[in-house]
Amino acid sequence: MRKALIVTALLVAAPALAACTENTDNGGGGESGDARALTVNSSADACELSATEAPAGTLTFDVTNTGDEVTEFYLLGEDGLRIVAEVENVGPSLDRKLTVNAPAGEYVTACKPGMKGDGIRDAFTVTESDEDVKVSTDEQELVTAAQTNYAAYVQDQSDQLLVKTREFVELYEAGDDDAARELYPVARTHWERIETVAESFGDLDPMMDAREADLETGQKWTGWHLIEKDLWPARAKGYTVLTPEERTTYAQDLLTNTETLDGRIQDLDFTVDQIANGSRGLLEEVATGKVTGEEEYWSRTDLWDFQANVDGAKVGYDGVRPLVEQKDAALAEQLDARFAELQELLDAERSGDGFVFYDEMSADQVKGLSDAVNALSEPLSRLTAAVLS
Amino acid sequence: MAGAFAAGRASEASPSSAGPAREKTYPFRGEHQAGIDTPVQDRLHFAAFDVRTESREELVALLQAWTEAAERMTGGGPAGPVGPVEGASNLPPDDTGEAIGLPASGLTITFGFGPSLFRDASGRDRFGIADRRPEALARLPHFPADNLDPARSDGDLCIQACADDPQVAVHAIRNLARIGFGTVAVRWSQLGFGRTSTTSVGEDTPRNLFGFKDGTANVKSSEAAALDEHVWVGAGDSPGDWLAGGSYLVARRINMTIEVWDRQPLGDQENFVGRTKDSGAPLSGGSEFTEPDFDLPGSNGPAIPTDAHVRVVHPDLHDGARMLRRGYNFVDGTDALGGLNAGLFFIAYVRDPRTHFIPIQNAMARSDALMEYLKFTGSALFAVPPGTAPGEYVGQSLFDA
Repeated sequence: MRKALIVTALLVAAPALAACTENTDNGGGGESGDARALTVNSSADACELSATEAPAGTLTFDVTNTGDEVTEFYLLGEDGLRIVAEVENVGPSLDRKLTVNAPAGEYVTACKPGMKGDGIRDAFTVTESDEDVKVSTDEQELVTAAQTNYAAYVQDQSDQLLVKTREFVELYEAGDDDAARELYPVARTHWERIETVAESFGDLDPMMDAREADLETGQKWTGWHLIEKDLWPARAKGYTVLTPEERTTYAQDLLTNTETLDGRIQDLDFTVDQIANGSRGLLEEVATGKVTGEEEYWSRTDLWDFQANVDGAKVGYDGVRPLVEQKDAALAEQLDARFAELQELLDAERSGDGFVFYDEMSADQVKGLSDAVNALSEPLSRLTAAVLS
Repeated sequence: MAGAFAAGRASEASPSSAGPAREKTYPFRGEHQAGIDTPVQDRLHFAAFDVRTESREELVALLQAWTEAAERMTGGGPAGPVGPVEGASNLPPDDTGEAIGLPASGLTITFGFGPSLFRDASGRDRFGIADRRPEALARLPHFPADNLDPARSDGDLCIQACADDPQVAVHAIRNLARIGFGTVAVRWSQLGFGRTSTTSVGEDTPRNLFGFKDGTANVKSSEAAALDEHVWVGAGDSPGDWLAGGSYLVARRINMTIEVWDRQPLGDQENFVGRTKDSGAPLSGGSEFTEPDFDLPGSNGPAIPTDAHVRVVHPDLHDGARMLRRGYNFVDGTDALGGLNAGLFFIAYVRDPRTHFIPIQNAMARSDALMEYLKFTGSALFAVPPGTAPGEYVGQSLFDA
């Protein structure tokens, strides 16, 4: 998934409840006969809809951009402010589909060629129909609760990350390597739990979390993994340990960046789709970096990170779970079971307060974890759509 | 249903790249599963799976989902009911999309059940079907010269996808694996190119990576009596007859020590095989399809040497047992020493591996001159259930007690 997602999306008002996902059944072919299937022609100076009203239910707007600039299409509430559903980033000559579950009422449609201004607006009516569109009054409460709780969780983890990082760099600078090695995976747990949020700051992430293998030629290496290598040089060939002065430089650099990160995180809000996407993204981090043993190449503490990613994904999922339960109970049940199964396998690798080192696991154990990650990730890839349905 | 999807994809195919052969479709449903006596396609992607669930219902639900997806894809359509680009933009598509614009390319998808599906390594009856395991469905014994990699062997389930376009075969396995995540996990998979045998008299006999024609004596689809005798499992052969009309699939990953083979003089190569390299005629004379004469004296002993491959595995030495071979060449890049990691992914369909494969493999291991140039690195046996009737799912006869 794209890492910049959260920050860019924050600039846009939170899409509210009703947007997206049901797959429209176009199999029959008779699109013209379906009053809920609408077309939108967004040109440089017009926003033509195939109809100005539709019966309540699952509406599909097939938006075609016939202009020369990128356009957007919005279905707004009667006040013209509340975004009911939106489709962004429709390039010239492209078409994108917007599916929305709309109850009866008055709406406003808007095309925004060039993505500027209020757009080209028109009134739109959704009429009463047999199709019962459930808009639960407490759904908004569930959304608000999920948003509030997740923002609090991210802030709390960021705070703890700062505290632990401060402790860690003190030990490292003081040359207390054993204690630093012990604290390293513990401090990083707080980073990994909110990794998708932290990574969304494209300037900080490479300075804080780049692995040596990630660097471009000439790029300066800083951050956690540089210190990791200095603390666990066993796998490094011909490595020269850092001088005390160098240690201080890199340690203070990491601490400063962590402070900057913490400051930025305090201002973040999250929409439910961002929370759901974050949950999916954390499992992707597991699949691409942790279960393969690439993240903590020097320390082999990959399983701490693995658990922390899963922690963060689970918190995100738990937050939106009441919504999922209402909309797709089978998905919620499957995700519950698959999270539990993965956790059981992780628990089997616990050792003391932490985990076994990555190289202590057999190929079969790694395969088992990987299979469980795949088993969870596949339904998790449908979470965002379910939350927004 | 499949027709609509077929139209959807085939119509996008560019006429220049899509000749009549590429447009070819084989029906998924029928008396026998497709992909056995179907004319051998050019490409293979074969995958073996471990079942992760302990729930019989989940397993059956997967077989149902696989059946639907396989029927759609073999008809030239997408894996899922929606399609690669037709769905909502905030959902992963239910088809991965690399086959957009490609015709069905003769795709067949063939499913099989391994012995471990019935009882696991500890002997547990996993899905209440242990009493339906035919005696013939047992893990193949260790053969001399087996150097098997467990990560390339065995499996609870298998899927053989064959097509004339490699992308279509890979698309099929990729999407079926995706549908299976959680219920099953891929254990191993193998790509193959250049079919090494024919199942119809119209096709030229192809060559394996030794450069020789292979599978000249294969059972052909036109030989109905031979198919019944040697390939299809008959009535009374399996508990409750669930496997009647099915077959057994033997898969063997056979690495060839290519570089060493290439240094053998032509005459030696022909003596090892027992046929000429050029036409494929037996060394006893005639042309490719002339029956070999094992008694014909030559300059130094029999014209066809006693350790020649064609003699050692010939049906005459094995109570007439014949196989339907459907193997493919493979090259998985090179090994650490720069040698080709290549050989034959041997697939044979037989009525009973105890009479139609195990004795022949043992004879080969004992006295075949080719063994010097072969390493057996993978091995598996699967029972391939009969064809799927409309409204059924693949393997239903096993689970409908």
